[in-house]
Amino acid sequence: MNRLMLATGPTLEEHVKPYGPLPPTDGRAKDQPGRLIDEIEKSGLRGRGGGWFPTHVKFRAVVDSSAGRSRISRTRRPVLIANGMEGEPASSKDAVLLAASPHLILDGMEAAATTIGATEAFLAIHRGSPVIEGVQRALAERPSGPVAITLVTPPARYVASEESALSNWVGEGRALPVHPDRPFQRGAAGRPTLVQNVETLAHLALIARHGGEWFASVGDPAAPGTTLVSVGGAVATPGVIEVPTGTPVRELLERAGGATAPVLGVLTGGYGGSWMSADAALAANWDPSSLQAGGGTIGASILWAVGGDVCPLQEMDAVVEWMAGESAGQCGPCMFGLPSLSDDLHAVAVAPADDLALKRLDTRLGLVAGRGGCKHPDGVARFVATGLETFSEETALHAEGSCSSASTTPLLLPVPSARDHFADPDGRDFR
Amino acid sequence: MSSSDDRALVLNPILCDGRGLCQEAAPDLIELDEWGYPLMRGGGLRIRLSRDDEQQARAAVQSCPKLALHMER
Ligand SMILES: Cc1cc2nc3c(=O)[nH]c(=O)nc-3n(C[C@H](O)[C@H](O)[C@H](O)COP(=O)(O)O)c2cc1C
Ligand code: SF4
Ligand code: SF4
Repeated sequence: MNRLMLATGPTLEEHVKPYGPLPPTDGRAKDQPGRLIDEIEKSGLRGRGGGWFPTHVKFRAVVDSSAGRSRISRTRRPVLIANGMEGEPASSKDAVLLAASPHLILDGMEAAATTIGATEAFLAIHRGSPVIEGVQRALAERPSGPVAITLVTPPARYVASEESALSNWVGEGRALPVHPDRPFQRGAAGRPTLVQNVETLAHLALIARHGGEWFASVGDPAAPGTTLVSVGGAVATPGVIEVPTGTPVRELLERAGGATAPVLGVLTGGYGGSWMSADAALAANWDPSSLQAGGGTIGASILWAVGGDVCPLQEMDAVVEWMAGESAGQCGPCMFGLPSLSDDLHAVAVAPADDLALKRLDTRLGLVAGRGGCKHPDGVARFVATGLETFSEETALHAEGSCSSASTTPLLLPVPSARDHFADPDGRDFR
Repeated sequence: MSSSDDRALVLNPILCDGRGLCQEAAPDLIELDEWGYPLMRGGGLRIRLSRDDEQQARAAVQSCPKLALHMER
């Protein structure tokens, strides 16, 4: 099913041909969001950035925290940030969408900003991304509207795309989570800030055209619409596909050309997501509740099949080492806890495994989740805990001093090189 | 008046630098983890306080040189 990428090319003309122009959006009236809010609520749209949070609730929260005055003062006027950072290394859906349908995202930004009473909006794409140029061209050819849209390029660090870090970057130039308040209360430069994923905004542009009922006419009723999925790993044709939510995982794998080797396990949601056994994954549908019931996480809508001659524990080891290095180094349980998890996992991934390390992991996994200023440590803990469960047979093999794979196997899961950061010294500092 | 079980002791882990003074001030509410950072009773970043806890909670807030602890409600 194709809703988001109907345009035959990235230009405004090619965009307007299939979609038509964005209908005029009602502005915000004092303490009430514009009327589009009713359609957003009817649509049941939930955010596609990883949390799947009901979008209309966030819109109202931003309006509420800037309300209460007859005129919205300049310092309380809300700000919109479109999150096109795509920090998950195994995700490519946002880049594909930004390249194919930049004007749909920009339409969504315009409609969202108008609805919450924002006149400034920022589109954040990580520094060095290949899609930046195309987005600049798209911005340049749009007639100026009521919303000033600025392209910003924060550093390509995993936590830089977390919403409070992103708000902080737009406000103060540092992509670090800094304040426990949620950005809708105190975001960029202290102003109420609405952060939405770029895919969420593209869906919103369609809701503005066709209404909430149309949007909810496909997909799982609890999280309706279509969703982009990045399918990768041991499949014949990895890539991004758009499907109604609730599509069977089996069908997603078939659409990606089928598995190229017996599947040992499946990563759902990304490096902040969950591992599932192949059987559990094949019994699930691609929507938040079905995946959760099967032990998975829809998260950033990543489906990665691990199969063939690879050691899943070594794959996990490399990912966790990278994730530990992505800590912003502000909170103890994150900056000390994640490297400890990484060391323990490493001792389990090599054979013979250190069984004391396995015991330590058990304790330490409980010590990092829920104790950071953002959810980064929670994601790493979930990745490790679900992985050890899914690959318990492999763990047992390692404990006996063997491994089911030849040790020279190249890594399948993408791990950005640490050198990428050294090439961008400013980015190392989150500036 | 708000009942005392609405009150909570809340840690901002971004500000905390783990010197552990709060643990000495509120040993019934806070332990230190293996890295020297406060482990709040019940886990997470917030402790719901009973009336009996309030004195220690206040002492913890006052002991923290980084202003990383505060009382809510
Ligand atoms: C460590 C971390 C990294 C994140 N990275 C991204 C990201 O790359 N892109 C994104 O859209 N959301 C990311 N999020 C989620 C955002 O904080 C935020 O919830 C989201 O952008 C909101 O948009 P949505 O409601 O449309 O999903 C991340 C969250 C965390 C904790
Ligand atoms: S939990 Fe980690 S990544 Fe998140 S704010 Fe704290 S140090 Fe930074
Ligand atoms: S006293 Fe403050 S800075 Fe020190 S450990 Fe406790 S909360 Fe952290």
